Amino acid sequence: MIFNEKMECISPGALKDVQSERLNGMLKRVCDGSPFYRDRLENAGISRKDIKSIDDITRLPFTVKDDLRDNYPFRIFSKPVTGIAELHVSSGTTGNPVVSGYSREDLDLWSEVIARSLCCAGAVPGDMIQIAYGYGLFTGGLGLHYGSLKLGLTVIPCSSGQTKRQLKILEDFKPRLLACTPSYALYMAETARESGVRTAESSWEIGIFGAEPWSEAMRKEIERTWGISAVDIYGLSEIIGPGVACECHLKKGLHIQSDVFYPEVIDPKTLEVLPAGMPGELVLTSITKVGMPLIRYRTRDIVSIDYGTCECGRTSPRISKVLGRTDDMIIVRGINVFPSQIEEVLLAIEGTQPHYQLVVEREKNGLDKLEVLVELNESFFSDEVKNLQHFEHRISKEIESVLSVGVDVRLVEPKTISRSEGKAKRVIDKRNI
Amino acid sequence: MKITQLSVFLENRRGRLYDAARVLGEASVNIKALTIAENEEFGILRMVVDKPEKALELLKKNGFVASITDIVAVEVSDRPGGLAVILKILDDNGINLEYMYAFVEKNADNAIVVFRFDDPDRAIEVLSKNRVRVFGKKDIQG
Repeated sequence: MIFNEKMECISPGALKDVQSERLNGMLKRVCDGSPFYRDRLENAGISRKDIKSIDDITRLPFTVKDDLRDNYPFRIFSKPVTGIAELHVSSGTTGNPVVSGYSREDLDLWSEVIARSLCCAGAVPGDMIQIAYGYGLFTGGLGLHYGSLKLGLTVIPCSSGQTKRQLKILEDFKPRLLACTPSYALYMAETARESGVRTAESSWEIGIFGAEPWSEAMRKEIERTWGISAVDIYGLSEIIGPGVACECHLKKGLHIQSDVFYPEVIDPKTLEVLPAGMPGELVLTSITKVGMPLIRYRTRDIVSIDYGTCECGRTSPRISKVLGRTDDMIIVRGINVFPSQIEEVLLAIEGTQPHYQLVVEREKNGLDKLEVLVELNESFFSDEVKNLQHFEHRISKEIESVLSVGVDVRLVEPKTISRSEGKAKRVIDKRNI
Repeated sequence: MKITQLSVFLENRRGRLYDAARVLGEASVNIKALTIAENEEFGILRMVVDKPEKALELLKKNGFVASITDIVAVEVSDRPGGLAVILKILDDNGINLEYMYAFVEKNADNAIVVFRFDDPDRAIEVLSKNRVRVFGKKDIQG
């Protein structure tokens, strides 16, 4: 079932008109209501009259996370705080946290996009959903809650934690849907096994997972363990929380609600918009929001975008799973390299979570050399040098075909790649640029 | 009639061979034959030891990547042309040899050489048919 066929299956031409009109309305709202954006646009020398269609969006300045921190708590809002219905706060590791303000209209919008996402995942009115995302300042729990009510589901607002009770509710109420972080789904499985529950026979048929990066291997693991179809939902609290994009049952990319969140994919260095299909930083403009619309917000998430129509019938463009973060991108010989791309290749070859590190050096001839250190996994060890060399060669060929950059692969002994706080440092850049 | 070889992955780093030898020495594992194959970045230490299973477990516990493989230990007469006799038999029978190395100790007047074959069972069959002595685990690792 498609929740909002009119918007989700709209023709590209009509979509453009809708987006243009909505961008225009949003610019009026921010110019009238947001002290921050009034200054920002004035300093950029742009009047909202200059923006005639959605294609002119590239003339507008970007917004970054620091803008939200610097204007803490409410200065970026386009409405006085008396007109805000709900506030969410996402914790930051540095500086001020990021505050998101939702007007009444924004809460309706949020319910709408989550309802679309749930349908996209395969939910139908009347289904029961167990929401095991945290409720509170975090957007996961309440976002799924509002959308589930809008769609007409029966909601069990479990929030996260109290795993034994979650499992009892699962067994007694027999919900068809589960929504939580992918890691919590695996954690629950572990607890279930310890108490002798047969996970694969659970009533859950569909799981809607998000709020953290997860791999295809993790998806398979969750699907196998719980006997469900696991779909990825994407969002960020600055834009709305979950519901920005969600996979359909075909799992060929996440349908982005582009009539309300206008997506662009840019090169994070040059800030130029990239052609469709190229991985780059996702930039979002929340063109229908009222409380806290953001203009060209740089998400720091690396995705690629596909504008083709999906077999499910939706015309909404699809973004890839998050391929990485701009924070750990490196540029080698002019090509953007993300550790996650290399991780994908290794994962496909080894079949388990790989331990690896990228080392970039500038050689005397001025060229950059990318070396990939891979901890040798026991199952690929051989007593013959040629087999290990073949293995190295195979990895480098596969990486080269993904990156279009030559790499040297070097096998190293286990646990030799330094791990700080349990997380490996993925990139060592020895270039002094 | 196959014997067990222990292989260890060694990164080309200072002290790694010593580390491996120390782990085995402390556990009273005796190395009877060894060879190292290497390229620029890593080496593979191959050994015949008296307690291969125990040694494998110890090395793994100490963070090494290691495995065991079947190899064939053969008696080679200790005189000019002794090795050539064996190699001719293998060649005549189309048996592919991956690598080989020799034992330090001797068996009376004869040397012991170990061979790594793709198909050790067929190699043993051919060698035995040609009256070449092939040692069993009992002879070497017993």
